[in-house]
Amino acid sequence: MTAELGHFALILALVLALVQAIVPLVGASTGRPAWMALARPAARGQFLFIAIAFACLTRAFIDNDFSVLYVAEHSNSLLPVVYRVTAVWGGHEGSILLWALILALWTVAVSLFSRHLPEPMVARIIGIMGLISVGFLLFTLFTSNPFERMLPGAVEGKDLNPLLQDPGMVIHPPMLYMGYVGSTVAFAFALSALISGRLDAAWARWSRPWVTTAWCFLTVGIALGSGWAYYELGWGGWWFWDPVENASFMPWLAGTALMHSLAVTEKRGGFKMWTALLAIIAFSLSLLGTFLVRSGVLSSVHAFATDPARGVFILGFLVVVIGGSLALFAWRAPSVGTGGSFEMVSRESALLANNVLLLVATAAVLLGTLYPLLIDALGMGKLSVGPPYFEAVFVPLMAPALFLMGIGPITRWKQANAIDIARRLRWAGGVSFVSAIVAPLLLGHWTPMVGFGVLLAAWIVTTAATNLIGRLREHPAPTLRAKLAAQPGSYYGMLLAHCGMAVFIIGVTLVKGYETEKDLRMEVGDTATIAGYTFRLDAIRERAGPNYNAAQGTLTVTRDGQPVTVMHPEKRLYTATKTPMTEAAIDTGFTRDLYASLGEPVSRTAWSVRIHHKPFIDWIWFGCLLMALGGLMAVLDRRYRSVRSTAPQPAQPAQAASSASSAPASGTPALVVRTSTRVP
Amino acid sequence: MKARTKRGVAIVVGLVTLGIAAALVLNAFQSNLVFFFSPSQIAANEAPRERSFRLGGLVEQGSLKRDTSGLTVTFVVTDLAKTIPVTYTGLLPDLFKEGKGVVAQGKLGADGMFRADQVLAKHDENYMPPEAAEALKNAQAGKGAPMKSNEAMTK
Repeated sequence: MTAELGHFALILALVLALVQAIVPLVGASTGRPAWMALARPAARGQFLFIAIAFACLTRAFIDNDFSVLYVAEHSNSLLPVVYRVTAVWGGHEGSILLWALILALWTVAVSLFSRHLPEPMVARIIGIMGLISVGFLLFTLFTSNPFERMLPGAVEGKDLNPLLQDPGMVIHPPMLYMGYVGSTVAFAFALSALISGRLDAAWARWSRPWVTTAWCFLTVGIALGSGWAYYELGWGGWWFWDPVENASFMPWLAGTALMHSLAVTEKRGGFKMWTALLAIIAFSLSLLGTFLVRSGVLSSVHAFATDPARGVFILGFLVVVIGGSLALFAWRAPSVGTGGSFEMVSRESALLANNVLLLVATAAVLLGTLYPLLIDALGMGKLSVGPPYFEAVFVPLMAPALFLMGIGPITRWKQANAIDIARRLRWAGGVSFVSAIVAPLLLGHWTPMVGFGVLLAAWIVTTAATNLIGRLREHPAPTLRAKLAAQPGSYYGMLLAHCGMAVFIIGVTLVKGYETEKDLRMEVGDTATIAGYTFRLDAIRERAGPNYNAAQGTLTVTRDGQPVTVMHPEKRLYTATKTPMTEAAIDTGFTRDLYASLGEPVSRTAWSVRIHHKPFIDWIWFGCLLMALGGLMAVLDRRYRSVRSTAPQPAQPAQAASSASSAPASGTPALVVRTSTRVP
Repeated sequence: MKARTKRGVAIVVGLVTLGIAAALVLNAFQSNLVFFFSPSQIAANEAPRERSFRLGGLVEQGSLKRDTSGLTVTFVVTDLAKTIPVTYTGLLPDLFKEGKGVVAQGKLGADGMFRADQVLAKHDENYMPPEAAEALKNAQAGKGAPMKSNEAMTK
């Protein structure tokens, strides 16, 4: 009964999505307020019904209703309740339903936080989001209905993939989807601005918090996925350039470019078409990510769906959405006009360079991800693109972008003086160089790669400090406290996010440069030493879990004779699926992780064991967290909450240009619309 | 500088940057493509000798052997038409099993032994690495033999 109720609710949600898509869009183009006013209630109704459908599916999982095919395939009566709930999105059908739910959630958020927007704009935004929702609900109902019954019902479920039975997996997909689906909002904003022809600074300011919020979720989602891979897959790696990882990384890169390009559109009225195009690209890449992961075209751990009908549907949907929005862009963009002009040395140039680098990087990842599929589809054989490709491309592309990260925020809009910048940053440069030489020596030995990584990280932090000190000095407030309080939240957010990137770089560089690992054959009583830590295998014993049996090792770790920790890596055999699984043991520390995993019995008394020493690896995820926090701080900036701003107020371009401080004072948005200034 | 000169300079700088980036990407791309070969193709001398590639198929039943250290293993990969011996040092993935699909990456030695530096098996026991499935399919087509019933092939 629950399943039928859920199915019915989903159909009603589709009906409401159709209403939400069609009526407000028609109303906006024909100027009927009543039709436009339908957007908000329809969106909320749609959310309600999808939520009911989702709740029904969750109920079926909790009740172990194995007459529902999807439940039978992804759950088991022995599965702990919390994993039964998360098993809802453990497979294809449920995760698409989760996608639809999150899309409805974003739409409701738009309906709540859009009171200061012009009514036709809201109607169009919600209408476009409704169209996307229609696509996803049709997809769910016709090709991947999670409520499908199986008669007679199964006695027992097949169990959730053991890899997904993990706390990290509880929040990773919802976070990632919040990020993916969040790009729909920026997309809908861009399309409605294109339709109305109002692609201006006000549009940019409305979009910014949405883009940044989605970006924060995506950052956290990717970091969680990477952390999960690190401790759950048992290989000790944190990023594999797996197509599924790339699928989430490409929208992140495009979203990062979009965030920075929106800054120019808001502050200077420039890059308008480019920003709109980036919004379309970011959303298209999110859709492509769904297609890659969910259609089963990839040979990867995540590809649990293998049904061509789904692939064809998503591909068709992709063509319609991307093709349609690009056509709209081509049709409307020429009427938008270009933004203000700027000199070669200016913040605009720095941000433009950042955008180009990020997009080239995105294209490189896209090439490496799609090329094998293309060759396969053309019947030209099978091949794969290895991680060395991505690393070889990424480092040289990102290095200049990271260098610019130090310069951009300190450079004036419109026109800046290169000599002046060099003078202001000479201390930052000096300190960075010294740390690049000294820090690696303190940590072990100096290698060019580690030195370069430290250089970039130190550069980002020192230039951020220079920037902050400069801003505080210029501010007229009498006390340091008042000076600090006078800077807008978005400014601190930017600094924090950039420093998060520096922390991330430190993590990546040091773990790559100094990690050690050993594959060993160990009998009880054997010891092995890496990086000064001595591991002794004390015992291997049997242990029974709720839905698995495990062999559990006991490794005692000592350093210079002092006890450090005791680790318990496991080799589990999940009873329902007969799947073996390595459960690594990790001892986390601020400057290093110790990581141990059990291989298999290699003789009657010995096991193969892998031990790793991973310096600074947790900084990778800590850096991501800082980036997301920085984004959050920027979103919470007061100026986004100011109610007034239904119409853009042109500010004096000259004033914005001459103001040495970059961001406008909080609460007084300096909107610069199109300027026709030409420098002779 | 005149606006037009400025724009010209910007365009040239942009094109040069893009050109460098494209060269970089394509160069790295060329040298990091990993091709896939089946045991039958290797037997027909289609696989390169110097370059690293991927080999896929089934692990032959009863072929897995460990040396005395316990860490170096040898096994035979088959596409049910031809076989290739493989050696690998390190921990095997969880789902590595005799009779199941496997993909190994490495180089072919002059002695005909494939020296793997990576062994991949996928994280679902019914799931067949597409390369392995492809190898079996091609081998079957080549022999014209009826497909052996194989649980993994049905997926």
